[in-house]
Amino acid sequence: MSSGLYSTKVKNFSTKLDLTHLKPYGDTMNDGKVQVSFTLPVKDDDRSMEAARQLAVKMGLEDAQVSYHGALDKEFTFYVVYGNLSHSVDITSIKVNTIDSDVMDMHGIDEYIKEKIGRKLVVVGASTGTDAHTVGIDAIMNMKGYAGHYGLERYSMIEAYNLGSQVPNEELVKRAVELNADVILVSQTVTQKDVHVTNMVELVELLEAGNLRDKFILVAGGPRINNDLATELGFDAGFGPGKYAEHVASFFVDRFTKIRKK
Amino acid sequence: MKSKLSLNLDLVAKARKHASDIALDTQKFIEQHSSVTIERTLARLFGIDGVDEFGVPLPNILVDHIKNNNGLSLGVSVYLGNAIIQTGKTAQEIAESVSKGELELTKLPIADMFEINDVINKIALASSGRITANRAVREEYLNKYGDKAGPFIYVIVATGNIYEDITQAKAAAAQGADVVAVIRTTGQSLLDYVPFGATTEGFGGTFATQENFRLMRKALDESSQELGRYIRLCNYCSGLCMPEIAAMGALERLDMMLNDALYGILFRDINMQRTMIDQYFSRIINGFAGVIINTGEDNYLTTADAVEEAHTVLASQFINEQFALISGLKEEQMGLGHAFEIDPELKNGFLFELAQAQMAREIFPKAPLKYMPPTKFKTGNIFKGHVQDTLFNMITVITNQKVHLLGMLTEAIHTPLISDRALSIENASYIANTMADLGDEIEFKSDGIMAKRANGVLERACSMLEEIKKDGLFKTLEMGKFAGVKRPLNGGKGLNGVFRKQDGYFNPFIEIMLKGAAK
Repeated sequence: MSSGLYSTKVKNFSTKLDLTHLKPYGDTMNDGKVQVSFTLPVKDDDRSMEAARQLAVKMGLEDAQVSYHGALDKEFTFYVVYGNLSHSVDITSIKVNTIDSDVMDMHGIDEYIKEKIGRKLVVVGASTGTDAHTVGIDAIMNMKGYAGHYGLERYSMIEAYNLGSQVPNEELVKRAVELNADVILVSQTVTQKDVHVTNMVELVELLEAGNLRDKFILVAGGPRINNDLATELGFDAGFGPGKYAEHVASFFVDRFTKIRKK
Repeated sequence: MKSKLSLNLDLVAKARKHASDIALDTQKFIEQHSSVTIERTLARLFGIDGVDEFGVPLPNILVDHIKNNNGLSLGVSVYLGNAIIQTGKTAQEIAESVSKGELELTKLPIADMFEINDVINKIALASSGRITANRAVREEYLNKYGDKAGPFIYVIVATGNIYEDITQAKAAAAQGADVVAVIRTTGQSLLDYVPFGATTEGFGGTFATQENFRLMRKALDESSQELGRYIRLCNYCSGLCMPEIAAMGALERLDMMLNDALYGILFRDINMQRTMIDQYFSRIINGFAGVIINTGEDNYLTTADAVEEAHTVLASQFINEQFALISGLKEEQMGLGHAFEIDPELKNGFLFELAQAQMAREIFPKAPLKYMPPTKFKTGNIFKGHVQDTLFNMITVITNQKVHLLGMLTEAIHTPLISDRALSIENASYIANTMADLGDEIEFKSDGIMAKRANGVLERACSMLEEIKKDGLFKTLEMGKFAGVKRPLNGGKGLNGVFRKQDGYFNPFIEIMLKGAAK
């Protein structure tokens, strides 16, 4: 296998950035460099290495090179492959469903609620279903917050109830009604076999069955949640990794005032 | 041994004494009570297994039957022993008759208590003999292959299908894992029964069932023989069925069990009275079976801050140590937990982590400390994640932590893929080898950042223990001093399964196992 470290091959692609044909960048514009790693359930030999390379070619990688292969067990082999992606996308034609509220800080959000809403907002949050992880809901709700971003409990204009983990959807709805909540936050950390989707759909159905869906702003969060998924499932918004309490709160205060105007 | 951190050893002794007082105080309450799962454990140890046509476990049917007839305060041992005398049937046959509604245990004439004791003790001795035999098999393996001196590389499998788990576990063993933990499906801790049979479709893991235990043990025994190393098996006896799962693990030769009432109280909202009572018997069984328990202090740091709340981890380790001693667990079986969870952005965070790990090592010198990898500050950036894990691996090796739970570069993305696990094992093995004796070469400045940090944590832990001693453990949990979580004395799940023992109640295994564990 040639090392490929110092390729002297003439590059016959345009080195001008073309947003209608966007490609990954390695060290030269439009080189399309990507790495992939995967495991094949076969033994580590020359034939399986060629199989790995051919798979990479089928993924659209030109000059695919298996840079590493190693046996994980008798019948499992791990590959790291580098290549130049032949595909491109037209980024100018892409529309994404982003959350269009401006992000305020804690103080700004409290002021906003005081001025535009005039009372405390009640927020109920839980990690629902069988999900035992509290890390997500705690990051958003607990006084301390996460990575220096204070949680909703610290907001003076938010009354926050963190119900913890493994809360059945029925219980969450019951508590939200009892507490006269304005916002329901749902955290989903375990996503194996898409259990988070099942769980989220069940909650929406439950709310709809009880004619309660319009009473609450419904927000989901978790490592594999995004706004597209959440809205598709009937939530008002979804927040993925790297979002903190102020992102979530900025969204729901904005949404709350918009709904009320209607 | 000279403390590398210049720890105040008088303070260590004082803290340990406080913890002992706390445990003994709580123990008085524990010994007056039993619970439905303890009674079901006895039923299981007397040989009752299986489910009825609706899938309800026979131990549950038997115990509920006695409970519904207001007999539970006398305990399963008495009613079962009596029924054996009166009917001449085996425990299993009796349970089957009860499940069919053909037999009412509380309506039978009562034989002489001495005779009942005698019958039950004989069965108990036979049943504990099976556990003793399992312990001997483990010792045979360890004598034959030797045991690892350095950290045990501990990985998890979590496919939700026990047969797929086996494939992954065997691959992990071949790659160098020493301990395989089969992740339990997320909801099980709140079930007040133990499911039956093999799991092929679980969410976030498989059920802890005796059949799953047996299947995985068999597979890992095959790996042990192929590899010439004993591969340990770990599962979870926490939640509402602590002693039942401990018994099943003892019968199927599990080697390691997560086993911590405080964890259940704080993170699963299990009633504190219930789980402290359950923990006692579960630890007796684990002690007797030669199982290493893992405690859950590391979890405190997933909700509370690892720098500010480090002393709660140490205080809890002291308490867990004392409860374990009362239950006949040897120090060598106490996998006290802690974790590498300081914010990577914090200046000198690594020094604080190193100080904490070294401190735990010096305060609990014989304990096979369980050290948990970074999770809270994993971001999905797998490349940085691998570096975080590398730093964690270094501390593990330098401070000689024993149960080395490997971090995964894909933490916060998905449950480990076969390659994630392999990369982690490769990383850990590399560090373990290249830094093998680094710990012995290092001493820390007596007035340096680390010594100050460790002594500061120790001081705070000691004052916390002093306060807990004043208030009592239950009151402390009500006040939310661990992990920032408050739990009411009568709140949470499982309190209705607790009962006060009446005169005549007996549990033959407590004596047999406490004696056997001391050997």
